[in-house]
Amino acid sequence: MSFLDRLFGRKTSADSAKERLQLVLIHDRTDLTPAELDSLRDDLIATISRHVSIDAHGVQIDVEHDGRSQRLIADIPLKAVTRRRTRKTK
Amino acid sequence: MPAQVITLTSGKGGVGKTTAVANLAVALASSGSKVVCIDGDIGLRNLDVILGLENRIVYDIVDVIEGRCRLKQAMIRDKKLTDLYLIPAAQTRDKNAVSSSDMIRLVKDLRNECEYVLIDSPAGIERGFKNAIAGADRVIVVTNPEVSAVRDADRVIGILEAEGKGPASLILNRLNPTLVRNKDMLSPDDVLDLLAIDLIGIVPEDENVIVGSNRGAPVALDQKSRAGQAFRNIARRLKGETVPFIDWESQGGFWERLQRLTGRK
Repeated sequence: MSFLDRLFGRKTSADSAKERLQLVLIHDRTDLTPAELDSLRDDLIATISRHVSIDAHGVQIDVEHDGRSQRLIADIPLKAVTRRRTRKTK
Repeated sequence: MPAQVITLTSGKGGVGKTTAVANLAVALASSGSKVVCIDGDIGLRNLDVILGLENRIVYDIVDVIEGRCRLKQAMIRDKKLTDLYLIPAAQTRDKNAVSSSDMIRLVKDLRNECEYVLIDSPAGIERGFKNAIAGADRVIVVTNPEVSAVRDADRVIGILEAEGKGPASLILNRLNPTLVRNKDMLSPDDVLDLLAIDLIGIVPEDENVIVGSNRGAPVALDQKSRAGQAFRNIARRLKGETVPFIDWESQGGFWERLQRLTGRK
């Protein structure tokens, strides 16, 4: 990495290697491709929406790793529809 | 005390498994332990040339397994170290000549013959690899600080866990301290972060390794070689000693530091 690259704060090649590997390893370890993760996301949204109203655009699904174990993290924002409705009727 | 059986493997080829086996064997044997190393790479043997024993081969591992010779006849003694033996791979056979149960039986017979059995696994995750880990008490994964080697190491670590051979420990081989300092190579911390396993040694890139291979004299015998020192330290850790890790990145003279500062190196 040249002096100028560092001066202008470009991302180092070691950082690129690490970031790329982090993503690749998640998929290697879980057999979960980005496409499958998307379809899982759609299924989750459909299922949960049958019970409670959610903000489908705000749904985030990630695979996090803790040591060598993987964890599927879903962040699903709920819509606060019912509360507003009750206020209006009062 | 029965021998400890240690297999070195990597997934990716060319990361330095055979060199690591040869150097650990030499380091362990020169500190007084009786060591037998087995070349598990049937059809592509190389541990014999790295150890400089290629001219002494009469029988090989397949001869033992198929009963053409006794175990001791296939154990080639090193030229200098009287406690170091090699069981070479067969060169004209393929890996189907050996099964996992053959390996387990062979290793069982060796347990009473020595203190350490070191097995050099072939690259890949197929039969040869499965055979090499079948009889192991402990598995060491060798990798380089480089994307494809780390990725393959992760696959292998996963398979070892699934086969009940984990937790594996890691040798990070061919680290280039200058590249790491310039952030152009994954650091030991980066690799450990990604793979999340225990480290047993960091071996810096060292031209002496090639010189040693040329001569059939592993660098662990060379007191001046940096890689040799790293391998000797790993051997001591295998024996249960606590040896601090050398911080290769912070080494280097005044000129190197100046060049680093100006971004020339």
